[in-house]
This record gives sequence, structure tokens and C-alpha cells, in this order.
Amino acid sequence: MLTPEQARGLVKERFGVTASGEGSLLVVEAPADRWLPLGGFARETLGCVYFSFMTAVDWKEQGLEVVARVENLDANFAVFMKTKLGAGETRCASLQPVWRGADWMERECYDMFGIRFEGHPDLRRILLPQDWEGHPLLKSYAVDTPHPPYR
Amino acid sequence: MEIKAPTPQIPPAVWTEFKDLQEWEKLHQTRPEGDRHSALFETLEDGVFNFPGGFIVTTVADAFFNWARKSSVWPVTFGLACCAIEMMATFASRFDVERLGMVPFASPRHSDLMIVSGSVTIKMAPMLKRIYEQMPDPKWAVSMGSCANSGGPFRHGYHVVKGVDRVIPVDVYVPGCPPPPDSLLYGLLKLQDQISHFRKTGRRAAPTEKSD
Repeated sequence: MLTPEQARGLVKERFGVTASGEGSLLVVEAPADRWLPLGGFARETLGCVYFSFMTAVDWKEQGLEVVARVENLDANFAVFMKTKLGAGETRCASLQPVWRGADWMERECYDMFGIRFEGHPDLRRILLPQDWEGHPLLKSYAVDTPHPPYR
Repeated sequence: MEIKAPTPQIPPAVWTEFKDLQEWEKLHQTRPEGDRHSALFETLEDGVFNFPGGFIVTTVADAFFNWARKSSVWPVTFGLACCAIEMMATFASRFDVERLGMVPFASPRHSDLMIVSGSVTIKMAPMLKRIYEQMPDPKWAVSMGSCANSGGPFRHGYHVVKGVDRVIPVDVYVPGCPPPPDSLLYGLLKLQDQISHFRKTGRRAAPTEKSD
């Protein structure tokens, strides 16, 4: 069974980056164009079959950062995947072909941050109404945005 | 890198032809005559009231009808958030609203009162309005808790209606976060007091010191 140390070695070998994080948590940062290969690698090679969650961070002028946590439930370690999309960029590769669990998470991410996941089969809003304008978790979204007649 | 296709394909659900629940709502929202009762009763009562001495009849009839109305206010069970837990406690045996003639009923078509218990989101507001419109007249609404009164702690969130009175008319506001069952009970008693001051079938009385 794969240990976290062996997994670190595999990440270093395949992607050339040192996974930070300690113990059973591997934090792997990849460029945006290697996001899908990183997902496939985490699932097929590292055996992370469980897609825990996905979200994004708005770093204002530095652009958006997509983060996702996947877990290997047998070997008991987790991989925390990060990628920076770059300033003004809203497109990102979809992980839905790799994990079915990523489907709704990416829809939520699109709903809240406006990230277009390319390759997602059904990318539409999941929490907010379909006629909603804007993406509320972006830093540029005003908190008290009026929404007549309700607020 | 080779990526395996996801194996089990879940068949599409039957409602997929509707993009959204709101689209489905729009199909059912055109109802020109509305849910109101016939205007015949109002004109009839106006006639009796204006007849010399007729006010005695309408006043006595109003008193009787109001007694009947306030003794059987059936709330529709409409729980939105954590206030619904307190509302359920009020409905249950310890506080027991049934001794006030209230039967919590799971159908808006048979109910007179809507207790809006919890924060109303913008997505929920059209459904709330629709359920309120499904209730037959005369009907009342109680806004329970800070969220329904004003938006409460979520007032500055992006998705919360700032008070349910922006969607439906409200008779009694019960403060609290959440209001304990005795607060709600007090609000319901206040509502009964209001109902007993109804003037002329189905119309709200002007605010009086005693009841408002």
C-alpha cells in the first residue's frame, strides 16, 4: 500500500514539484494547464478515489485560485490540489471526467465564482436561481447589491 | 494520460425538460380571477349595513364570524429554518396550540394562517408567495423571528430577503432569534385578538390601541 512518503516521491517524479504539507496531507500546486493531468494522476496513480471538496479563492488582482481536496481512503492520506488561473482568467479544466463527485462541486464553484469549467457536461447554477446576475463570492461583488423587490 | 470514463450513467430525471423550478412556476402563475372569494358577499353586506337599523345585524354577525374565525385558525406547516423547531415545539403537546383551536395542517388550501418561520431567501420568495396565494381568504401571516422580520443576522447577505413583508402582508411580528414557544404563543394570541376586531367580512380593522 502506498505511503504518503512514496506518494510525495511519485508527485516529485511526475510533476517536478515538491509536495508541501506534513504527515498524511500532500499539498500539490500545479499550473492551470496541468490541472486535469494532476487530477488523473491523483486518482489513477495515488489512488485518491474520494473527491472531498472543491472551492476557489479570489486573490483580487492576482486572479482566482482553484483548490480541491481528494482522499485515498485505504492508505489514509489526502492530496490538496491547487492551481492559480492567472489574472482575469475564468476558464479551468473540469475534473468531472475523473471524479463524478466533482460535478456539483464545479457547478457550485461556477455559481459562486464564475469559473467556467471546460469539459463539464452540465455547467449551470446550482444554489442560486437561474436568473441571478453576478457571482456573489467574488471580491468585486458588492455585498448589499439590490435585488428588487426582495432586497 | 488516459482517463477512464465514469461507469454508471444515471438516467435523466423526468423534470429535466424544465430548466428551473421558476420556469415551472411561470406556467402556473397566470390566474386572472385570483384566489379571492366572490364580491357578492361584500356588496350584500354593504347593503344590509346601509339599511336603517341594519348595522345591528352586521355587527352581531361580524362578532359571531370573528369568534368562529379566531377559534379555528389553522396554520399551514411552513418551516424554513431553525425557527421551525420552536414552531414544532409550539405545535406539540407541551405548549399545545390545539387548545386554541389551531390544527397544524400540511395543505395551504385548507389553512388560514401562515407562520413564516425562518430566513426567506430570494430563491424561496416566489414559492412562499405562491403558497400564500393558494390559501383561501380570509388569511393571516405571522412573521416569526428576526430573519423573517428584517433579515436578521443575514440582512447583509447577498441572497436573503430583508423581511418577509416585502413579499406578503404580515399581521403579527414575533421578535426573537429564535422566539421561544411562549413568544410565538403570545404572538398567536395577539393575532386572535386582531381577528376578533375584524370589521365587515374579510377586511382588516384599522389599528386600535387595544389590539395593535
